[in-house]
Amino acid sequence: MKISFSVNEVPHSIEIKDENTPLLWVIRDMLHLKGTKYGCGKAACGACTLHVDGEAVRSCSYAVKFAEGKKIRTIEGLGTKENPHPVQQAWIEEIVPQCGYCQPGFMMATAALIDKIPEPTDDDIDRNIINVCRCATYYRMRKAIHRAAQIQRTTSKTME
Amino acid sequence: MKTIPHSIPIILLLVGGILMTAIYSRGVVSSYSSTTIPNNEVLKDTPFDKMMQVLTHERCINCHPNDNIPKQGKDSHPHYFGMKRGEDNLGFTATQCTTCHQPENNDYSGVPGAPHWSLAPKSMGWQGLDKYEIAKAMLDRAKNGNRSHDELVHHLTEDSLVLWAFDPGVDHEGIPRETPPISEAEYKAAVIAWFENGAIIPKE
Repeated sequence: MKISFSVNEVPHSIEIKDENTPLLWVIRDMLHLKGTKYGCGKAACGACTLHVDGEAVRSCSYAVKFAEGKKIRTIEGLGTKENPHPVQQAWIEEIVPQCGYCQPGFMMATAALIDKIPEPTDDDIDRNIINVCRCATYYRMRKAIHRAAQIQRTTSKTME
Repeated sequence: MKTIPHSIPIILLLVGGILMTAIYSRGVVSSYSSTTIPNNEVLKDTPFDKMMQVLTHERCINCHPNDNIPKQGKDSHPHYFGMKRGEDNLGFTATQCTTCHQPENNDYSGVPGAPHWSLAPKSMGWQGLDKYEIAKAMLDRAKNGNRSHDELVHHLTEDSLVLWAFDPGVDHEGIPRETPPISEAEYKAAVIAWFENGAIIPKE
């Protein structure tokens, strides 16, 4: 079966036997973008979070057939070393990661959050950022999420 | 200065502890309660009772909570990860039901899915009601989304999310989820028959 979609604004067409293959494995093993992680495989931990048409999605539980015609964004498409996304900038400033494995998922979930809620409260964070970090970097992440939102708001104002 | 016997504070603490435990337990138990058919009830073969064997099953009740918390599993435990009703019954702004639930069951992850996956609106909270109360609520246009009998029949027998109960997929261990006790065909026939006969709620 042929499925077409874009990943980080690059169009892709893939041939795949099992249309129910999780998008995660297509991204990692066929397109070789290894930033999106496999954690639990049951949509519980959020390590595999990426964006599909701007919405946070757990890609281990997302059949690739549903990606037809969609715009996918992974951690690799969030920003660059020279021009980091506000979430990446905040993560660096707050020195968030410990082992780092779950962080791409948290960062993608956070990017989706601050796109929709530019000034999230602690309650907004509690409700929307429900990924799992076994190093328990939650405290630093909370600070980084507020900081990322602040950077994004400042950047948006500058661009206006 | 008077001295208080040592045993009095201990007794007071014990009594207080027992009271607090009782109060807390009641709260927890009520939040977990789901509607089930009591074991001692004789199951009748009427269209109403057949229909209600489905509508009172966890596959239906778990998404018709009487609070804002979806339930999961045979024991109707609160949905993991603190998920709640959120906006428009679809979860929270950036973490919605569709962050994990797609239009079909996912046999790889064990995450259930169906088109327009969502909680039933709050007015359709059935958890904790008996079958007679559910029927009354279902027929009440103020609670049922202003649906006529025809629209209710359509919803109950055609809606893909309602009928998901008969094809609930497998859990994360690959174990099939329990389906309601009667078949989809029997259920549909019972719903149609009950409404054709005037949707009369039998006396309790």
